[in-house]
Amino acid sequence: MNKRTYWQDNLRLVFLCLVIWFVVSFGFGILLLDTLNQIKIGGLRLGFWFAQQGSIYVFVALIFFYAWRMAALDKKHGVGED
Amino acid sequence: MELQSLTYLVVGASFALYIGIAFASRARSTGEFYVAGKHVHPVANGMATAADWMSAASFMSMAGLIAFLGYDGSVYLMGWTGGYVLLALLLAPYLRKFGKFTVPEFIGDRYASQTARMVAVVCLIVISFTYIIGQMRGVGIVFSRFLNVDIAVGLTVGMAIVFFYAVLGGMKGITYTQVAQYCVMIFAYTVPAVFISLQVTDTAIPQLAFGSSVVDGSGFLLDKLDQVVTDLGFAAYTSGTKSRIDVFFITLALMLGTAGLPHVIVRFFTVPRVRDARMSAGYALFFIAILYTVAPAVGALARLNLTETIQPGPVGSPGGNLAYNDRPDWFRTWEATGLLVFEDKNGDGHVQYYNDANPDFAPTAESYGWQGNELVVDSDIIVLANPEIAGLPDWVVALVAAGAIAAALSTAAGLLLVISAAVSHDLLKSVFTPNISERQELLAGRVSAAVAILLAGYLGYEPRAFVAQVVALAFGLAAASLFPAILLGIFSFRVNKQGAIAGMLTGLVFTLGYIIYFKGVFVAPFAENIAENWLLGISPEGIGAVGAVLNFTVAIAVSAFTPPPPPEVRELVERIRVPA
Repeated sequence: MNKRTYWQDNLRLVFLCLVIWFVVSFGFGILLLDTLNQIKIGGLRLGFWFAQQGSIYVFVALIFFYAWRMAALDKKHGVGED
Repeated sequence: MELQSLTYLVVGASFALYIGIAFASRARSTGEFYVAGKHVHPVANGMATAADWMSAASFMSMAGLIAFLGYDGSVYLMGWTGGYVLLALLLAPYLRKFGKFTVPEFIGDRYASQTARMVAVVCLIVISFTYIIGQMRGVGIVFSRFLNVDIAVGLTVGMAIVFFYAVLGGMKGITYTQVAQYCVMIFAYTVPAVFISLQVTDTAIPQLAFGSSVVDGSGFLLDKLDQVVTDLGFAAYTSGTKSRIDVFFITLALMLGTAGLPHVIVRFFTVPRVRDARMSAGYALFFIAILYTVAPAVGALARLNLTETIQPGPVGSPGGNLAYNDRPDWFRTWEATGLLVFEDKNGDGHVQYYNDANPDFAPTAESYGWQGNELVVDSDIIVLANPEIAGLPDWVVALVAAGAIAAALSTAAGLLLVISAAVSHDLLKSVFTPNISERQELLAGRVSAAVAILLAGYLGYEPRAFVAQVVALAFGLAAASLFPAILLGIFSFRVNKQGAIAGMLTGLVFTLGYIIYFKGVFVAPFAENIAENWLLGISPEGIGAVGAVLNFTVAIAVSAFTPPPPPEVRELVERIRVPA
């Protein structure tokens, strides 16, 4: 077991997830709001949808994705709890 | 059965359920009292966290705020959910591995400093008390509106219930009661939303109704809403009025604050393993997201319903506005509470509801013979009045009352527990009376929970304006004080006690100072709370994010000029970074 590479892998995964976290909320929902609002899917303007619905769905998926990948990393590096 | 008796029945049955659960799962040791013996299943903990987190404000106020703020209301939706991503990725698994009882305990051990621990205790108590006062107030409002009793009586009943299960059951009792409260709350929230979605858009799922067409064939819900509100001089529903930078910082402050709230963090101490803590955060956000994705739909539907009730005909036409004498029953009911106020400024016997603060719309309004907005609607009534506005059956109204009480009680109980643990574990056991036995510590925990309830109930009795002002404070302080200290404690070996203490105090003083400067808690504000006066255009609601940045900067800078932490701290950090 190598704690250093485990921690590096973890940091890389955290960084990736936080980039997505930032892009869907602060990016799509706030900074790019006006641009994305030009795009309409059904009755929804895309920027507004990300701000009030889409970002929340992505947040939920992100946490499960992180938990799933971390469980695999725990196993790979032999630091799991069982 | 009459609505009144039906409401008593439903609320009474929910109370019996909570008390039964609390009695069955009462705490017998300090481990059970503080962290439920660490035996809570991750799904159960997810539900309990959701109930713990979703307060009277989430249940009663949020959809109403969104209804009136439109796009600007997104700060609550993104801010109060995005924080869970930070919690799951950056804090919860490591704090679970740390494996002790409280947040100040982690800060004290990591920075090898009782002073750091005391600073954390002070932050925790200020944050949690601020929050709990709002919950007790929420209980009082629901009781007085739905059960027709005095606010003081409602508060006393609420205090008695929380006292019973928080003091007796500790974390263990609270956890399983919160699972039940989550079920009551989410059922009570979604049932009226489904009914109203069906009525307006013929779509049963509120999240989809949000993007659907309205049944009368006049186009998509949100397009129609943009149209009707701009016709009355308001900003378009989907674009909002706050500056982009302010929206950015408020969202960030709410996210960091959410991740730094002690009563939420401590819930992740209760699961058996580190990987359960990660999964449990996912379940928690999933359960929260059910309510948080329904809320914007409820907000949009309610705003449309309300606007069309007040303005049934074309804007500006003589009979286009609701005649006051023809007002519906719910209008009368809520007028009686003072949360809906009509004043016939132009004396025409009709209700005009429009944006009289918009100078561009003023000439139009004048040409209609309107002399100012005549209706003031408190945003809190949107969720509570929604079933009545939509003409839903009485049992739905009774259910909403039970749901609102569940939301307030579950959050109040979680807050009480972290306050009592901070007093009995972080103050008494660790500093003032280290020699007390476990039995005495358990008793001290119960006594401090009891004192905290009495104080919160007392403070929740009158201070309406006070509560509104200090809510920004709770999030701002959590973001600016605790969040950076915990994060650096996990992700840095180098940050030491001098850095952490200086960082927390800087974040705390700066954020507190900025909010008091513009909002004046306990003293008169020093400057008018308008965008021109704000630092970089950031409102007091968003300043906690700046406080957090200052905290990080000061903590790292001070640590660089002071000796590194002792070797045991390095070992502690290495230990918490791996699950086993």
